[in-house]
Amino acid sequence: MEPLTWTGTIGIVLSPLFLLAVLVAAVSALGMLVGGFVTAPVRVGPGGGPRGRFGFTLLTGLGLRWSMLAIGAIILIFVLTGMFLPYGTGGIFGAMAGQFLTVWIALLVTFGLSIRFKRRLGLYGKLFDSTVGMIGFGLVMFWVFTAVFTGVFGLIATHNPLSAVSGLKNKVPGVPVPAAEVWAVGAHYLLGGDNLARDVFSRMVHGSWIVIQIAPLATMFSFMIGITLGLPAGYYGGRLDTFLSFLANLILAFPVILLFYLLVTPEIVQTGIPSFMATVLFLFPIIFIAVLYYSRYYTQPAKARPTLAVIIVVMGWIYLSLISQEGTVLNFLPGFLNLFDVPSGILVVFVSVVFVNAPTVFRIVRGLTMDIKTRDYVAAAQTRGEGPWYIMLWEILPNARGPLIVDFCLRIGYTTILLGALGFFGLGLPPDSPDWGSTINAGRGLLSIFPHPALVPAMALLSLVLGLNLLADGLREESLKD
Amino acid sequence: MLRFLARRLVTMIATALCLTVIVFFLTNLAPNLEKIAKSEAGARITDEEVASWLDKNGYARPMLIRYGEWLGVVPGWTRDEAGVTTGRCIAPNSDPALAPRFCGVLQGDWGTSTVFKAPVLDMVWRGLALTGKLMFWVMLVMVPGALVVGVLAGMREGSRTDRALSTGSILTTATPEYVSGVVFIAVFASSAVGLKWFNGSATSAMEQATFANFTLPVMTIALYGMGYIARMTRAAMTEVMTAQYIRTARLKGVSFRNVVMQHALRNALIAPFTVIMLQFPWLLNGVVIVETLFNYKGFGWTLVEAAGNNDIELLLGVSVVSVFVVLITQLISDIGYVYLNPRIRIT
Repeated sequence: MEPLTWTGTIGIVLSPLFLLAVLVAAVSALGMLVGGFVTAPVRVGPGGGPRGRFGFTLLTGLGLRWSMLAIGAIILIFVLTGMFLPYGTGGIFGAMAGQFLTVWIALLVTFGLSIRFKRRLGLYGKLFDSTVGMIGFGLVMFWVFTAVFTGVFGLIATHNPLSAVSGLKNKVPGVPVPAAEVWAVGAHYLLGGDNLARDVFSRMVHGSWIVIQIAPLATMFSFMIGITLGLPAGYYGGRLDTFLSFLANLILAFPVILLFYLLVTPEIVQTGIPSFMATVLFLFPIIFIAVLYYSRYYTQPAKARPTLAVIIVVMGWIYLSLISQEGTVLNFLPGFLNLFDVPSGILVVFVSVVFVNAPTVFRIVRGLTMDIKTRDYVAAAQTRGEGPWYIMLWEILPNARGPLIVDFCLRIGYTTILLGALGFFGLGLPPDSPDWGSTINAGRGLLSIFPHPALVPAMALLSLVLGLNLLADGLREESLKD
Repeated sequence: MLRFLARRLVTMIATALCLTVIVFFLTNLAPNLEKIAKSEAGARITDEEVASWLDKNGYARPMLIRYGEWLGVVPGWTRDEAGVTTGRCIAPNSDPALAPRFCGVLQGDWGTSTVFKAPVLDMVWRGLALTGKLMFWVMLVMVPGALVVGVLAGMREGSRTDRALSTGSILTTATPEYVSGVVFIAVFASSAVGLKWFNGSATSAMEQATFANFTLPVMTIALYGMGYIARMTRAAMTEVMTAQYIRTARLKGVSFRNVVMQHALRNALIAPFTVIMLQFPWLLNGVVIVETLFNYKGFGWTLVEAAGNNDIELLLGVSVVSVFVVLITQLISDIGYVYLNPRIRIT
């Protein structure tokens, strides 16, 4: 069977057009950048007409706009051919676009519904007023949908991410699988094979599932820890604040990689230190939720106490099954009570990432609390006789939400980078795991001869983190508007 | 100012002590010691032999005492066995009577690396010198670049230059070193498809740094830090540009260029200074990644080797130095901030 080219048969027409559009866009963007220095903000001449270098700015602006539109249109054509024309017509790009079909549909539905109802959706809806925010949200949701469709429904990947096909070691993108007879999905390694002859494309999409599972959840845990400790530190101040801040600075003074090397080695895992850390760190979400609920409803004990009991029992059970693991120091729950077992590598990585992130969140929350506690509404609540935890969680925290949401997005990106760094050093996750960091690490040995096995996950990671950063930027811009 | 300094110094020393205790504890856990015994005395020795090796080499005593010895505040252990005195401070084949009582980090005795068979202090100095060379070039590229980008972007908020440069800085902050390094090698150094402008390895740069072998590592580290500093500078610059005195200067008829150069710039550069100093800990991460990726045997590479090979003494030494680097930069950043900002300096 023939190998697949990058753009297939339709590429013969479209590729030169695409290159032309990119060239025009690059030249215009450069011209605009230079023009930005040379020309002051558009000056209007005495007669009201444009003067001097205005024409240049206009030209570059038009050039950029039209070339961007052309690029978008050509990409759209590639995606559509991939979706509707037979396999192979659109080349590698078309075939990949076809694999991502469900993701495109999900993205379209999400954007359609969100833009239709954006006035009713609060801050989330306002995100769709900013281009940067929309691009960021689109990138992030692309990876979220990819991860879910791959990990849960097994849709997007063309091959098993762990199985090798002999003869495809380090082969270039578009190489046909020897056993394949029919010109159909799975007949090629779309992005080539890695150094163990596994499909790079399938490993990349499977890697997204690992990242999307760990990064947001780990960030959420760090936020719960940071909030639970940062609120009282900022609100009460004094000795408590000094002590907690000292602890936070202690962790922050560690270079992150050194901390990872100290925490995520097999010897340390053997002693059970990560398990004990998990025991402490995972307590905080329970404390946070329980206090959050009870501080609000403690005036109605008849209703509040049973609900509180239910919350503690359910979360406590999840907590106990989470920390009780086969094969570690802590293995106390009998099998029938243990809801699930997280692979121990993932748990260790999770704990260390939470541990590294929590102090920074603590510092942010503490700073915000110290600022907000001087406001009138806090004084009003104190005068009303509200308890301290009610004031912290229901008066101060909601008013600190803007910066916290923005930081949350940035921090998921940072956590993704940390996970990649862990994989890059081969720490924590098993070496054949398809997560992006491990894949980059596996591919870097032969990087200068076969760049594609490392380049593909690198670009994937870059686009996700970029999306999160743009999303945070859009959110910041929109939340500052009111 | 003096009281402030003294308080900061005391906190710093307390932090350093706590951190070294933690690192000492984590590197001297039972499985680590067992591993080191096996790597020193043979991989197939029994548990009893491990125990006796540990006992003979002074590892089988309480952690805190050994920490004191390592630090140099508790006398080093000695041991009489069949007339031969061995001890922590007694070098092999030397007279025990002449050996000092204390030998620890404070006395300048940092131990010996088990993997490289060299004194830890020499290894650390060598690594620091090489990394210092790398960091010098990184700073030379990163700081002026980031400041120029930030000032240009913040000078006219919302202009096209601003948008283009801001998007660029977001892009670089979203690109961790191991991604940009891989992309750079693939594009500029790959022998299969790349441009072959630069070397993909910086090993030869340790002896003699040239444009070809040093550009990629320097750019990789500089780029990641650049975006962040540029964004901070931009934020400071936009804030200054909306200040009353800038408007006054403009209304007086001072040209835009002079307003930026003489009125705005000086005030806008206070905030980035602290940010640059606080970047050091992050740069340390970048250094570790880049030195591993480009095979440049500096401080970061030493850290990875020490941690990967369970080289306890070397890892301790590296940790102490890196923790001190972080703490000292924090101190400098605090002092610098106070010094540069008259509102704090005077009160």
